[in-house]
Amino acid sequence: MENIIAEYIKEGRSEAWRAELRKSMKAKERTSLERVQMPEQEPLVRNKNIVEVNLGITEQMAVAEAHRCLDCPQPTCTIGCPVGINIPKFIKKIESKDFLGAAATIKETNALPAVCGRVCPQEKQCELNCFYTDKLHATPIAIGHLERFAADYERNSGKMNIPDIAEPNGIKVAVVGSGPSGLAAAGDLAKFGYDVTVFEALHEIGGVLKYGIPEFRLPNDIVDVEIENMRKMGIKFRTDFIVGKTASFEELRARGFKAFFVGSGAGLPRFMNIPGENYNGIFSSNEYLTRVNLMKAAHEDYDTPVLAGKNVAVVGGGNTAMDSVRTSKRLGAKRSMIIYRRSLEEMPARLEEVHHAMAEDIEFMNLHNPVEYFADENGRVNKMRVQKMELGEPDASGRRRPIPIEGSEFDIDVDTVVVAVGVSPNPIVPSSLKDLKMTDWGTIVVNKDTMQSSIPDIFAGGDIVRGGATVILAMGDGRKAAVGMHQYIQEKVKAN
Amino acid sequence: MNKIVEMEFFSENVAKIVLEAPDIANSRKAGHFVIIRLDEKGERIPLTIADGDPEKGTITLVVQKVGVTSAKLLAMKAGEEILDVVGPLGHATHIEKFGTVLCAGGGVGVAPMLPIIKALKEAGNKVISVLAGRTKELIILEDEVKKHSDEVIIMTDDGSYGKKGLVTAGMEDVIQREKVNKAFVIGPAIMMKFGSLTTKKYNIPTDVSLNTIMVDGTGMCGACRVSVGGKTKFVCVDGPEFDAFQVNWDEMMMRMGAYKTQEHEAYEKYLKTVETVA
Ligand SMILES: Cc1cc2nc3c(=O)[nH]c(=O)nc-3n(C[C@H](O)[C@H](O)[C@H](O)COP(=O)(O)OP(=O)(O)OC[C@H]3O[C@@H](n4cnc5c(N)ncnc54)[C@H](O)[C@@H]3O)c2cc1C
Ligand code: FES
Repeated sequence: MENIIAEYIKEGRSEAWRAELRKSMKAKERTSLERVQMPEQEPLVRNKNIVEVNLGITEQMAVAEAHRCLDCPQPTCTIGCPVGINIPKFIKKIESKDFLGAAATIKETNALPAVCGRVCPQEKQCELNCFYTDKLHATPIAIGHLERFAADYERNSGKMNIPDIAEPNGIKVAVVGSGPSGLAAAGDLAKFGYDVTVFEALHEIGGVLKYGIPEFRLPNDIVDVEIENMRKMGIKFRTDFIVGKTASFEELRARGFKAFFVGSGAGLPRFMNIPGENYNGIFSSNEYLTRVNLMKAAHEDYDTPVLAGKNVAVVGGGNTAMDSVRTSKRLGAKRSMIIYRRSLEEMPARLEEVHHAMAEDIEFMNLHNPVEYFADENGRVNKMRVQKMELGEPDASGRRRPIPIEGSEFDIDVDTVVVAVGVSPNPIVPSSLKDLKMTDWGTIVVNKDTMQSSIPDIFAGGDIVRGGATVILAMGDGRKAAVGMHQYIQEKVKAN
Repeated sequence: MNKIVEMEFFSENVAKIVLEAPDIANSRKAGHFVIIRLDEKGERIPLTIADGDPEKGTITLVVQKVGVTSAKLLAMKAGEEILDVVGPLGHATHIEKFGTVLCAGGGVGVAPMLPIIKALKEAGNKVISVLAGRTKELIILEDEVKKHSDEVIIMTDDGSYGKKGLVTAGMEDVIQREKVNKAFVIGPAIMMKFGSLTTKKYNIPTDVSLNTIMVDGTGMCGACRVSVGGKTKFVCVDGPEFDAFQVNWDEMMMRMGAYKTQEHEAYEKYLKTVETVA
């Protein structure tokens, strides 16, 4: 796999236009340029609206940023990309102002660049491995911003390219779950010529992209455009359909489905099991975000309610915690705080989100952990007891283990608490398939190359295989599984 | 989109709704529920499936007007469509041959009880049903229950029909009279609490079906959580039926009141809009 990627990346670097472009500016000149700054809404304005925080870079900014890229002979950035995007090639296309070409380059390996440009943890992936970071100890090329730029340019140009599709083969395949892994699998299966149906339990397509990640970070429109394109490719979507409940796998087989991709996600929220956690006003981040994002609870004319809260504490340090705490501010909280048991350095959230949250007047109480909740006479939470923590030796995750400091407890006034301490795999599919091999953590066991599970016609990927992971890893799995399914079906067809 | 094929009012505020939902009709069992969303701006609410017809591809729901969504639903007519219906959700009722089973249903709780009564009868149990309501017109599905029960006792708070008294009085009568091996109690939370306190006195294993607040109904949010046996359970995926003696009733009732103010305001607002239209 890695060799194939390396070949693919190398190919094209020697083309005349690339060589020309490299010569057009001295390396010294390139490295002396400043990294582009993403224009954003004013922090204290944006924390009162739900419009996207990042406004996107202009053509000039994109080209200027592309100038910084040295088009390295051995590009290390691509090693950091889980789906092996040809990063130098798309950046050089931007430099030469072929923006549509840049988008097409990204789409060779990434089906949802407008999404990934916005939500990937670039600082831990491509940008971490950029020559600038690695060798120059300077700020890396803004690869994420450029990816977003190319994708947005394509979308706004109205010339969104619909991928070429192989001759329809009439073979029915099913995708279970419409999150990034399912969408990526569906897209590639359609390209191979299959008759694809995506089944989704909720009333909206998109999985976490819709119900979890807020509008101010990933507008729904952007996801919808991608879904619309997939419809144009002939992919069918069935919402309100829970595979394993509405119909079993067996029934779907009887209806002619020859193989399945399961991308059912890690939807089950975890709680901490501390006293008082079931008081009113204490939510899982999934509930809080679902009410606001999927059910539009904050809109006057929508029926779903949400408890807005004046003093809001969000427990956790991941993207979900950042999204929740920033949402609470936008719902009108006076005080919104992060309560996180480790320190800022260990926070798993994207760096940009942490910075954005800080600018938006969010308080960070790091090295604190809740131990108990208290409520008023109606059962509404009104206080939380927290304990101070210190960091010890690194644990299995490689991060330093938080250790409680005895006797350090104190109380904070709160009226709303959001618990964002992680999720477990969604159990619906596994519990409907007795023979499916699972890990002790409730994830589905798959062959890493083909994503095939212990049941031959069932493939899986994304959070249901990895536990909570990322959009890009989920998409990578979906694409790999599509290839695996294609091989599996072709072999079966030949055998018959 | 799911078409309403039939709408029959049992009383001013309670109606039976027969809906097109072929896949659900096919896979549902006693104890299952669905989540519905009426329109783009609607909320998602859970409703237990009272009956189903796989041949016709329909399911039956019984709905009481308690808030905005149920009021809007009851204002709909046969032929109109509900935007989203998803299910069947939850675990099916555990049915076996227990012997003599006491089924106590309060108010619209009789609707989810009906398929359980049917299944129990089919499994060879002696089924004694107690139907309770505040007043005569709130006793629903009497004929259907009679068809599948060995005996039916009706209780009304005001004595306007059957015997005067609470559901627990009717239950006590049966338990005093004969050996009961198992009980099911379904209705408003307070009724389930006291109903199961009654059976607990006599050590009769009892199942209840909880109707907590829900959002997705697939285990994704935890809105439906409640303590059962000291552990947090998600009613939508771990239930909806639980061992009555393990349920923390006070916590459950507290959680059901979480949005009381908002619900009340929304309902008032809705009534105003209906008035202006009328
Ligand atoms: C609030 C939040 C913020 C995040 N921020 C980021 C970020 O900034 N960057 C990043 O890379 N990652 C982020 N993540 C993680 C990322 O969203 C997930 O890793 C990714 O969405 C996983 O994709 P998936 O396809 O495996 O599953 P999901 O997106 O979870 O989708 C699964 C879908 O399957 C459906 N489903 C489940 N069971 C069934 C069934 N039986 N039948 C039919 N449908 C079913 C579910 O309803 C759901 O829609 C975030 C997650 C959250 C919750
Ligand atoms: S309703 Fe969301 S988890 Fe049960």
